Amino acid sequence: MSKVKISTLWFSGCAGCHMSLLDIDEVLIELAGKIELCNSPITDLKVFPEGGVDVTLIEGAVANEEHLHLVKEAREKSKILISFGDCAVTGNVPGLRNGIPTDKLIEDIYGKGTTTNGELPYDVVPHLLDRVRPVHEVVPVEYFLHGCPPPAGVIAKAILALLDGKEPELVGEDLKFG
Amino acid sequence: METITLTIDGRTITAAPGQSILEVAEANGIRIPTLCHLEGLSDVGACRLCIVEVAGQLVPSCTTQAVDGADIKTQTDTIKVHRRMILELLFAEGNHVCSFCASSGGCELQDLACELEMHSVTVPYSYPRNRIDATHPWFLIDRDRCVLCGRCVRTCAEVEGAHTWGFAERGSSARVITDLAADWGEAESCTSCGKCVEVCPTGAIVLKGASNAEMRKDSDLVARLTERRDHE
Amino acid sequence: MPHRLDVLVCSGAACVSNHTADVRDALQSAIEAHGLSTEVRLVETGCMGPCELGPILLVYPEGALYIRVTPDDANEIVEEHFLKGRPVQRLLWEDPAARRIAEEKKQVAFFERQEKVVLSNCGTIDPEDLQEYIATGGYEALGLALTERQPEELIQIVLDSKLRGRGGAGFPTGLKWQLAARAEGDEKYIVCNGDEGDPGAFMDRALLEGDPHAVIEGMTIAAYAIGAAKGFIYVRAEYPLAIRRLEIAIDQARASGLLGEDILETGFAFDVEIRIGAGAFVCGEETALIASIEGQRGMPRTRPPYPSDRGVFGQPTLINNVETWGNIRHIVLRGADWFRSIGTESSPGTKVFALSGKITNTGIVEVPMGTTLRELIDEIGGGIPDGKALKAVQTGGPSGGCIPAQHIDTPIDYESLKELGAFMGSGGVIVLDEDDCMVGIAKYFLEFSCDESCGKCVPCRVGTRTMLSILERITDGRGTLGDLEQLQMLADTIRSTSLCGLGQAAPSPVLSTMKHFREEYEEHVQTATCSAKRCKALIRYEIDRAACKACDLCRKACPVEAIEGTPGEPPYTIHESVCIQCGRCFDVCPFDAVRIESGKKKQNEVEG
Repeated sequence: MSKVKISTLWFSGCAGCHMSLLDIDEVLIELAGKIELCNSPITDLKVFPEGGVDVTLIEGAVANEEHLHLVKEAREKSKILISFGDCAVTGNVPGLRNGIPTDKLIEDIYGKGTTTNGELPYDVVPHLLDRVRPVHEVVPVEYFLHGCPPPAGVIAKAILALLDGKEPELVGEDLKFG
Repeated sequence: METITLTIDGRTITAAPGQSILEVAEANGIRIPTLCHLEGLSDVGACRLCIVEVAGQLVPSCTTQAVDGADIKTQTDTIKVHRRMILELLFAEGNHVCSFCASSGGCELQDLACELEMHSVTVPYSYPRNRIDATHPWFLIDRDRCVLCGRCVRTCAEVEGAHTWGFAERGSSARVITDLAADWGEAESCTSCGKCVEVCPTGAIVLKGASNAEMRKDSDLVARLTERRDHE
Repeated sequence: MPHRLDVLVCSGAACVSNHTADVRDALQSAIEAHGLSTEVRLVETGCMGPCELGPILLVYPEGALYIRVTPDDANEIVEEHFLKGRPVQRLLWEDPAARRIAEEKKQVAFFERQEKVVLSNCGTIDPEDLQEYIATGGYEALGLALTERQPEELIQIVLDSKLRGRGGAGFPTGLKWQLAARAEGDEKYIVCNGDEGDPGAFMDRALLEGDPHAVIEGMTIAAYAIGAAKGFIYVRAEYPLAIRRLEIAIDQARASGLLGEDILETGFAFDVEIRIGAGAFVCGEETALIASIEGQRGMPRTRPPYPSDRGVFGQPTLINNVETWGNIRHIVLRGADWFRSIGTESSPGTKVFALSGKITNTGIVEVPMGTTLRELIDEIGGGIPDGKALKAVQTGGPSGGCIPAQHIDTPIDYESLKELGAFMGSGGVIVLDEDDCMVGIAKYFLEFSCDESCGKCVPCRVGTRTMLSILERITDGRGTLGDLEQLQMLADTIRSTSLCGLGQAAPSPVLSTMKHFREEYEEHVQTATCSAKRCKALIRYEIDRAACKACDLCRKACPVEAIEGTPGEPPYTIHESVCIQCGRCFDVCPFDAVRIESGKKKQNEVEG
């Protein structure tokens, strides 16, 4: 049986969700036999494999032009897209910059409170979008894993269900934000 | 004793007259989600989460009297759709970021998201930017986490009798204020009794110094106080 | 000696804004200068109706109607007309339908097609003179009621008349009276709801300003019928003239034994007090209005209990709209059968409408229920100006909807409007022509409801705000077809779950335009264009190089210095990145060289 291809992406977030993914303990061993982890901060592979993947987990909110590009690519190349953690689901902490004009934000961070001699970093990093958005505001999403980070048990439950070809049953406490 | 008989979700129930549908349901172990309702305070029907269906009409169960012969439904698909939309609207209105909220783990809004199975907020978030008022020596209010349920207003008026809290402005500018929109620390009518902290269902009104997920509230306080007062 | 001429000077709020006082003073001086003081009498009246044409003078006995009179015209009118008997032709109303100058008011279709019952005194008597009101039969109904009718009989007359509440919802007035009469309480109250707040609605203002005693008389009759001793007239502070004339009328009525301890020496006691509203639209909702009268924040509460059981200060309260009160004296005097002979079976009587928007005769009119929109707009209203085509009629304000042009032959009554997804409302009729964008219109009304939501219940407070943000996205050219679906879902929740009528009806302007003009929504979201060229984000202004004469007017008019050019050296250019699409250049260009082009300025970066 061919392995299920899974990608994980890391947008505007703290990597805590990925830490929680690694925190699913012995389930990791089970997963190792069943999945092929493709592009992911964990593998450090940067591009989607030829033919796309079965599942992509997206940690973090859509906050810059790179995220915008990648989230659309992820949608095209994934059968199932999962918003992975509160930043992806709600915008969470990164979303709090919404309401502050991007120019002012850049000026305050890189212009005033700076270690870069007031130089703006735009020639090397992607431009910020004018508003941070949850993933499902940009592309359709199949499942939402709540939590900051989502508890390891919820992650394991969702992935194992999908591997069994079932709908992840996310109910009650599984849907707790924060 | 005079009684009335009615049906809730197909169950035949006998109750005393004069009770609200919500009271009758709760007394019979039928769960109806609520937010602005709090035992011990008057009901205002503001949050609309407790809507139920009576004779094809959606009515708030907290402010609608149970009457003899009524056929009440509390969990139809239509009701569920509306409740979830209302909850989404509440989440979209404020900055209900649970990850760094003092009340996380003890928040009625957070619990409602689980209960009503709100997987995501489908309506656009508004990201308000209200100033946090931390001028009171012990308490603070973060209006971006306020759901305008009015429990603080009613508690302050009906239980403490201080009338410090009130509403100001209209529409999306509506907010709770202390005195005539003075900073809380300057509000002369405030007795600093702290009951508003206990009744606030979210992390809007909290104790200063409570860090992430440290705030736990005694939301039954008002019910206990009013009960004892009634026994005087 | 009676006067030879009575000169009625319209002093409704619109004419007052048009400096009718200056015209009056100039006329007074000219009359005195020509020694006519004993022959010509000036009378200031309430609103005559055609507000667009003010200041208006009506000269009796001929009935000559002068429009757009300025103080400079005073001498000519006095010399030519008052002295020599030759009406000044150039100032008479030229009725476009009749294609002739109307020598008399009654020749004008605008007046001829109306049937004035409630407004019978508006524009014909001096509202500050109780004697004039009495001379037209005023307080006759009250006298009859107090001396020859039992309270139950009066309630029965109103029931039989099938009068329905003119505030909008059309609840049977007699039933309200009956409920309030039967309710038990220590005291009972009568309330007049004069918190008229719909954009484009000024019917109640016209009646309060033009015939305040009629409202007081109606309330007093009801007080006797249900056993109330105290009444409140709730008027918004934006109606200072109405408040002043009400104050005068109340003082007069008290001084003449028509209000107070011993009305008409029958021993019946009733008095009224004016409560001035601070301008919150939601206070037109009866439970919010009652809270406001009590000194509370104007927020609605759940009904039941209805005000007839628990109203002002928890006591049984009968609350009716201004126009409803205006009907009472006529029904009591002339009987229920007479009233039912006017209008339609389900909606008897007349209705006052405020015509505004793209219509020739803006103003106040009164017609029998069942009159068609076509009669209202084309015959009375004088049609659409500039030869434009009718697109829709908006009725019912922010709680109402848009009726598309193909339904213009619909007779106006409560039911027919509801069937079309509109609403009678209090009588605001806004006429829209081919240049109006229906998405923009819906957005306008929703923005109103959103701002005026009291903030108490979630679906109204947040739901309207959310719908508005989606509509803004659509009119900015960033909408998707999914947005239309979401608008529908939000509208369903807001309608079904909001606490009061304001919220329940707030989605109506959006729903009715989505129903009748869906193609306009689809155009906005699919092609990011607005064919009416009204949505600023979807248009750009350009200067036609061939037509531009470099007159420099546009550059001077531009508030943001977006136009560049040198006088005498055509063509000028508009810098798109600076332009704010205000349209000033378009308005001032004498050569039609400024054109509005469809097309979005720039794509938003973030759409997925």
